[in-house]
Amino acid sequence: MKLTRRDALAIGLGATAVAMLPLRASAAAEEAIAAFTGGAEVGAGDITLTAPEIAENGNTVPVSVEAPGAGSIIILATANPTPGVARFNFGEAAGSQAASTRIRLAGTQDVLAIAQMADGSFIQTKSTVKVTIGGCGG
Amino acid sequence: MISRRDFLQVGMAASAMVGASGFGNWARLAAQQSLTQDQLLGFDTFGNVSLIHVTDIHGQLMPIYFREPEINLGVGAARGQMPHVTGADFRRAYGIEDGSPSAYAMTYNDFSALAKGYGKVGGLDRVSTVINAIRADRPDALLLDGGDTWHGSYTCFQTEGQDMVNVMNALKPDAMTFHWEFTLGSDRVNELVESLPYAALGQNIFDAEWDEPAELFKPYKFFERGGVKVAVIGQAFPYMPIANPRWMFPEYSFGIRDENMQAMVDEVRSMGAECVVVLSHNGFDVDKKMAGRVTGIDVILSGHTHDALPEPVQVEQTFIVASGSNGKFVSRVDLDVRDGRMMGLKHKLIPIFSDVIAPDPVITKVIEDQRAPYADQLSEVIGRTDTLLYRRGNFNGSWDDLICDALISEREADIAMSPGVRWGPSILPGQEITREDIWNVTSMSYGKAYRTEMTGEFIHTILEDVGDNLFNEDPYYQQGGDMVRIGGMGYRIDITKPQGERISDMTLLKTGEPIDPAKTYVVAGWASVNEGTEGPQIWDVVENHIRKQGTVQLDPNNSVQVVGA
Repeated sequence: MKLTRRDALAIGLGATAVAMLPLRASAAAEEAIAAFTGGAEVGAGDITLTAPEIAENGNTVPVSVEAPGAGSIIILATANPTPGVARFNFGEAAGSQAASTRIRLAGTQDVLAIAQMADGSFIQTKSTVKVTIGGCGG
Repeated sequence: MISRRDFLQVGMAASAMVGASGFGNWARLAAQQSLTQDQLLGFDTFGNVSLIHVTDIHGQLMPIYFREPEINLGVGAARGQMPHVTGADFRRAYGIEDGSPSAYAMTYNDFSALAKGYGKVGGLDRVSTVINAIRADRPDALLLDGGDTWHGSYTCFQTEGQDMVNVMNALKPDAMTFHWEFTLGSDRVNELVESLPYAALGQNIFDAEWDEPAELFKPYKFFERGGVKVAVIGQAFPYMPIANPRWMFPEYSFGIRDENMQAMVDEVRSMGAECVVVLSHNGFDVDKKMAGRVTGIDVILSGHTHDALPEPVQVEQTFIVASGSNGKFVSRVDLDVRDGRMMGLKHKLIPIFSDVIAPDPVITKVIEDQRAPYADQLSEVIGRTDTLLYRRGNFNGSWDDLICDALISEREADIAMSPGVRWGPSILPGQEITREDIWNVTSMSYGKAYRTEMTGEFIHTILEDVGDNLFNEDPYYQQGGDMVRIGGMGYRIDITKPQGERISDMTLLKTGEPIDPAKTYVVAGWASVNEGTEGPQIWDVVENHIRKQGTVQLDPNNSVQVVGA
């Protein structure tokens, strides 16, 4: 049975009905990654993604990313219907390679950030953001 | 070089708390004969800085009974670790004798019998006596309140927290952090915080719109104590807008923000802090994880999860102190800070035995002044109980069994839900139940009892969601609190499984039939986080139910089958 938004509100335990299982990364996310990296290998490195562990409001989740020396950084909400959130390009005169924005999440999922470094290599990091019904804090 | 560990002088529970006079069988020794105030307060002053920690008082001005949990399970790295040890295992871990004062204070066994011998616990006039005694040893001791103070009683509700502010002001704290206080609504919280003669701290209290530190709450405060620069950093409950109604304080955002915590620690260290104390409402497991990720914190005074531990838990170079709830304990932590660093720590968890520790008459008078206008309402007897009523436990407690019975009966529901909060005193078998007692376990600013329809599938989703708040292996994804209590329905939970796979075998108790995912059930509950919830106040629902019962008698609740514990 499908839950309507009204059902979710009526239960009295939460503002959203999105908290089911963690959503899986979609094929669209794979495509978005491939479009950015051109299929190149993505490693780990000096890239920091700051996101809340549990979203206070899944409709507007603050995230920020920093990757010193990056030329561009993309942020993907891997299980959103449209995973691409933002692409930040940094010019040579940029004082820092950091950016902040707010994103909407369709449910509990990984938020992924990939940076393209000056030498053309790619590094990534991810953070699981939980979107929950909430309501029972002690 | 001598390590910090060598300097650690933590008294073992039994001997440190009551001396070495060997308390034996509770039946032989009534509390007043076996325990003295001097024994409870005995402490050889150590080092040059003293911290006094109170937390999670939840509006309890008066002495109460409070039964600690039987079931308090840890998962992942926390499995079997403190504070996820209860009963005989807890006593064994700390060398506590069965039936001793420590056993009564910190474990659940034989609670009703021991309570008759040892009496009530708490009462802020007794807490004041302890604070005064510590201040007599060390006049500049820091008194730090971990929050959940302005919530949880009839008078606190009626005065919107003013009763607690008035009494706490008389105790003269130095700083405080927050959780349930925000459920008074942001206007009222702001008003009370602006009135405080002490620091309101929270490095993780942010302005929701701009995601910048909130102006009213400072991240930290410096104190010069014993010639030492001590920095106290506040950490409010991280998940307030999720666990409590966001619409009541929409201007504020929280979160763990451990990167900002690190920045604050680095900042105070660079400003010359020789000792860094975090006054935290994270909950114990979150504090343990944070202590492993943030460097430079000497002591975390931990609140939220209501654990009472007779020794600090050490993580890397940080000592975590847990001081219980409902006014039942005060922690004293003496520190030796020399050459710009903490060299040693001595700690005592002081149980507030109300019949042993003399009340401070000054504070007794302040408390009476708060209660006098409501005396008739508070003292009205609604019924009595033959069953011990308590709340703590991961899955259920008899108070919530009674509340769920009231919801099913008064609201004509198939299934009832009661939130898994950890506050609320206990009532002994044979005791009368007053209106005050009912409010002590139900009072809140969003207490309306809703009645609605839910599909079996959605009930499952709720249980999985709340279960993950409790049993996610990563503490940063836990919100504290316990499992939502269910009346009228049984289920099986495997706490080792991931979200979506923990809950099975949901059964409607009145028919014995499995819950049908597609079928609709009438569900009554309370403490909805949604704006505009309609229904009678939960305390009225419970009062009506108890009046009809006359004497409460409850059967043991075996409706939750726990696997993987």
